[in-house]
Amino acid sequence: MNLLLLGVNHQTAPVALREKLAALIPDAAMAYERLQELPELPEVLLYATCNRVEVLCATEDPEAAQARLRDFFAGNPEVSREALEEALYVHRDLEAVQHLFRVASSLDSLVVGEPQVLGQVKEAYRAATKSRATGPILNRLLHKTFSVAKRVRTETGIGDQAVSVGFAAVALGKKIFGDLAGKTAVLVGAGEMGELALEHLKGQGAGRLIVANRTLERGLELARRFGGEAVSLDELEDQLLAADVLISSTGAGGYLLTRDQVKAVMRRRRQRPLFLIDIAVPRDLDPAINELDNVYLYNIDDLKEVVDRNIEERRREAARAERLVAQEAVKFMGWLETLAVYPTIIALKEKAQGICQAELKKTLAQLGPLSDEQRRALEVLTQAITTKMLHDPIIFLKRNHHPKKPHQELDLVRRLFNLDPDRRGNYREKDKEEG
Amino acid sequence: MANAFLYLTLIAYFGATALWLAFFLAQQEAFCRAGAWVMGAGLICHTLALLQQTWVLGYLPVATFGETLLVLDWALVAVFLFLYWRFPIKVLGALAAPLAALMVSFALILPGETGAVSPLLKSFWLTIHIGLALLGYGALTLAFLGGIFYLVQERQLKGKKFGFFYRRLPSLEQLDTLNYWCLSLGFPLLTGGIIFGSLYAQHTLGRFWSWDPKEILTLIAWLIYAVLLHERLTVGWRGRRAAWLAIWGFVALFITFVGANLWITGYHSFASFLKAP
Repeated sequence: MNLLLLGVNHQTAPVALREKLAALIPDAAMAYERLQELPELPEVLLYATCNRVEVLCATEDPEAAQARLRDFFAGNPEVSREALEEALYVHRDLEAVQHLFRVASSLDSLVVGEPQVLGQVKEAYRAATKSRATGPILNRLLHKTFSVAKRVRTETGIGDQAVSVGFAAVALGKKIFGDLAGKTAVLVGAGEMGELALEHLKGQGAGRLIVANRTLERGLELARRFGGEAVSLDELEDQLLAADVLISSTGAGGYLLTRDQVKAVMRRRRQRPLFLIDIAVPRDLDPAINELDNVYLYNIDDLKEVVDRNIEERRREAARAERLVAQEAVKFMGWLETLAVYPTIIALKEKAQGICQAELKKTLAQLGPLSDEQRRALEVLTQAITTKMLHDPIIFLKRNHHPKKPHQELDLVRRLFNLDPDRRGNYREKDKEEG
Repeated sequence: MANAFLYLTLIAYFGATALWLAFFLAQQEAFCRAGAWVMGAGLICHTLALLQQTWVLGYLPVATFGETLLVLDWALVAVFLFLYWRFPIKVLGALAAPLAALMVSFALILPGETGAVSPLLKSFWLTIHIGLALLGYGALTLAFLGGIFYLVQERQLKGKKFGFFYRRLPSLEQLDTLNYWCLSLGFPLLTGGIIFGSLYAQHTLGRFWSWDPKEILTLIAWLIYAVLLHERLTVGWRGRRAAWLAIWGFVALFITFVGANLWITGYHSFASFLKAP
């Protein structure tokens, strides 16, 4: 059994082509129906994420399967064959397993370590099982994939680090407050980055959101969007009393808040910690504020530095993850190859069983009347002899499986026990012996 | 003074240390769960060892420095596990477990008692005095350890340098809450210990307070903690200042415990326990 993976991703295909290919599987059930008609594809899985469209299959005939899948991809009349051939990559066996592991572990993503892709693969697998498109091999492969992805996530720090300014702010907030749920956030001034940061805080369960803007109208609009309250800039100092996190991004020339102002407020706040994020250029908040106890001031450069370092860290962690993925892929291929020995083992057992039964029958006929006990003892005896005789050959098959030449040993055993009497090679051997 | 339970305790605490350090480095939840269980098993052995000694001697074994260290260690582990159960700050184990293990080791190395023991030690009231004071020490030691973590983490956040510790230490809020919990547990215990001691002194020696060196040092530590608790409750002191006060308070307690017993003479020193009054 071979594994075959075909697909395009953000590195090989422009978004226009990816869209058209993804359009082939709008309804997975329909696509699977088409693919399942093909005898070359006993097991198949389709998945499309924002950055890729891929098909994975287990097949006995990889060449034919590949041709079939290429036809499937070219099925959308808007897709030109040339563009497709250029963008399409094909991975087989070990490479295919490794590729799938990398995709699910988010090592092949545009933003390495982003967590959504695993969910998308899981979703696709669920759809495939619903259509009964997968079989024992892909089922096992996908379950292994999920456990590898989980290991990558827990054993490497690939997803730990915040790689956007908004996430960095949230991560810092968590180290200060422990939990951002129920905290009050104040956004001063409008602006894309400030709004994004507020969005992140809201996503973390921040309780009260307050928008303070120079023009109240814009403030009201923003407040409506976030489900918060709007206040005027003059009330800023009072708002600071309630705030836990303050994001400032106004276009003001001078400092909006000075050290002394914040110091006075801190006393009134009974020293509750205050997290200030200044993403305005020029800066809104006096840098000396950071000297105050229980006040943590970060400006845009500080946050960017955090993000840069985190990206660097992710890259290092990704290298560790790659090693883990490579090891697991090799292990999986080991399992897949042992599958090949099972038909031989079964044939071996059946043959031995057959001989055993035939000889037993002959002997029983010659011995005349026996008690049930005696008869059972004979049966047990023959059974035990065959089982013990076969024990070592079976172990040999399972263990001494040569990873590079998987069929050599198998062939040897099959010939040794004459498991394929129709094969010409065996006859010749037999003839020689007899001649 | 060494017995089998004590060696089991020692093994368990060192085992817990290894598990907790592994948790600290690898950040795998399973390690710290195992660490807590092993430490709990250690505490059981520790309790049995103390009970056995108390049974054999007829009083709580606090006549020598080594014995007292063992009781203090028991209090520390008991308070730690209690806090861990109510309010889990996992990394605290990475400091508490090695400290517990080292204290048992020292207790085993230090010389045992010789000669007759002062009958004063055999009183039930004195046992209460010592028990409460040592439980208080245990809680306040944990406040000290939490304070160290707080200062390290605060330094990372203020200085915007996020190193090895940043990811491994909990949030400032949690560490500050730990400070508050330990203080509100340890301070009443310490106060209770002082009151019982004072009452007992009145009963036996005829005076509440003797200005013995240990008493003076304890008073200083008690005042530091009292200021901290008062300021926390009234003006909301917290964070760095609270951490520093917890550390200074602990320094005073440490001098009280080690210094007053070994270097200064007074009726609280161990030397005086071993001769008849």
